[in-house]
Amino acid sequence: MKAKKRLKVVMDSDGIERCLTRIAYEILEKNKGMDGLVIVGIRTGGIYLAQRLQKKISSIEGRKIPLGVLDITLYRDDIAKAGKTSPPGKTDIPFDLTDKKVVLVDDVLFTGRTIRAAMDALIDFGRPRMIQLAVLIDRGHRELPIRADFVGKNLPSSLWEAVSVNLNEKNGTDEVVIVEEK
Amino acid sequence: MMKLAKKDILGIRDMSREEINLILDTAESFLEISTREIKKVPTLRGKSVINLFYEASTRTRTSFELAGKRLSADTINISASTSSAVKGETLIDTARNLEAMTPDIIVIRHSAAGAPHLLAGLVRQSIINAGDGSHEHPSQALLDMLTIKEKKGKIAGLKVAIIGDIAHSRVARSNIYGLSKMGAEVVVAGPPTMLPRDIDKLGVRVCTKLEDAVADADVVMMLRIQLEREKQNIFPSLREYARHYCLNRRNLGLAKPDAIVMHPGPINRGVEISPDIADDPTCSVILNQVNNGVAVRMALLYLLTGGSE
Repeated sequence: MKAKKRLKVVMDSDGIERCLTRIAYEILEKNKGMDGLVIVGIRTGGIYLAQRLQKKISSIEGRKIPLGVLDITLYRDDIAKAGKTSPPGKTDIPFDLTDKKVVLVDDVLFTGRTIRAAMDALIDFGRPRMIQLAVLIDRGHRELPIRADFVGKNLPSSLWEAVSVNLNEKNGTDEVVIVEEK
Repeated sequence: MMKLAKKDILGIRDMSREEINLILDTAESFLEISTREIKKVPTLRGKSVINLFYEASTRTRTSFELAGKRLSADTINISASTSSAVKGETLIDTARNLEAMTPDIIVIRHSAAGAPHLLAGLVRQSIINAGDGSHEHPSQALLDMLTIKEKKGKIAGLKVAIIGDIAHSRVARSNIYGLSKMGAEVVVAGPPTMLPRDIDKLGVRVCTKLEDAVADADVVMMLRIQLEREKQNIFPSLREYARHYCLNRRNLGLAKPDAIVMHPGPINRGVEISPDIADDPTCSVILNQVNNGVAVRMALLYLLTGGSE
């Protein structure tokens, strides 16, 4: 992949950690503890953030909060377009979602189409009592009536920019960068 | 991001190692869908798949039909005995008429080798070969490779013995192409009348004794004896065939202790495989093959409809 031009670093490693710590407390505050609560990370950007949130929430509450991984490729609305096919990743939700409060986790909230697909997928797994959304970055430009319950940082962006969340687990460094969309 | 550049799936012979890996990886992700309570995703909504079967089939046809349905495609089954073929319509005319109804994929099984290739050059739709004569059966080889990968963690470096009527087996041919491409060592064994001339040119080792082929194997793949061929005098009797080429506890003991036993089905119990082996869950993966078949066919439908314009 061609390296895109980096325009600005908007969050560093400490910033990401502090955001996630705050979101972990907000999730617990809003849900009054972790009873019936589960975390589901959206492939691929949301997985590592979901894992970090799992660790934080589990250490605050002293017991492990269940974590699942959701791949939304098969629920995309642009799948029929030529050239859009990519091999779907594995979905792994090792618990029943019925009557659970689900916190969906993704890195960047943009048009909202990924979240729409994720909600459709979740509902095929059962009937959650509630679905909430946690994202590290909300960059605006919504195309669907969707909003996040927990936001790390609101980052108004131009359409010619792209927001790239780099994480240690993925590419060896923790940072959020604005890069030029080609 | 890799995608399948092909319009059709006609055989393993013209498939690259990368393409095989892409299909197997995609199929692995699809396995999970069949374990859900709601075994359906909306991916191929509005697409239609026609299963055109000129030969009898339980597994392959059901498997393709379920694969399509689990991806939300509309699937239509046509079997030759209830189609206009009995009124004398030619394959080409049937295909042109089906094309006029604009399906997205046509899956065909035919007793004539090359029939899918003929259609592929004739119609706009993607053609999937579900078995053509004794030529190829690509989706079977792919599901066999997926099963081997699932059980052994890899394909490269394994020793795979394929036993039985190699000459008339499309399953054997597709597996020989596929397994060799993926780096396995393939040994075939069968009575000399069932070994095609020049089979060694495909890069396989050839034995006439089952014991020689099975020795030290990681995977033992038994082929179905096509009972209708008994009249062709290629073997004296089923009883004699079974005495030399039936996989049983004794000769399976020559393989590696953790060897797996495969069979494409339908099995002739006591002819090519003894019932206690076929039903032994510690070595037999025959039903895993069937389960993996649905995922492999989902992968084929998905990659063909999404990847082409």
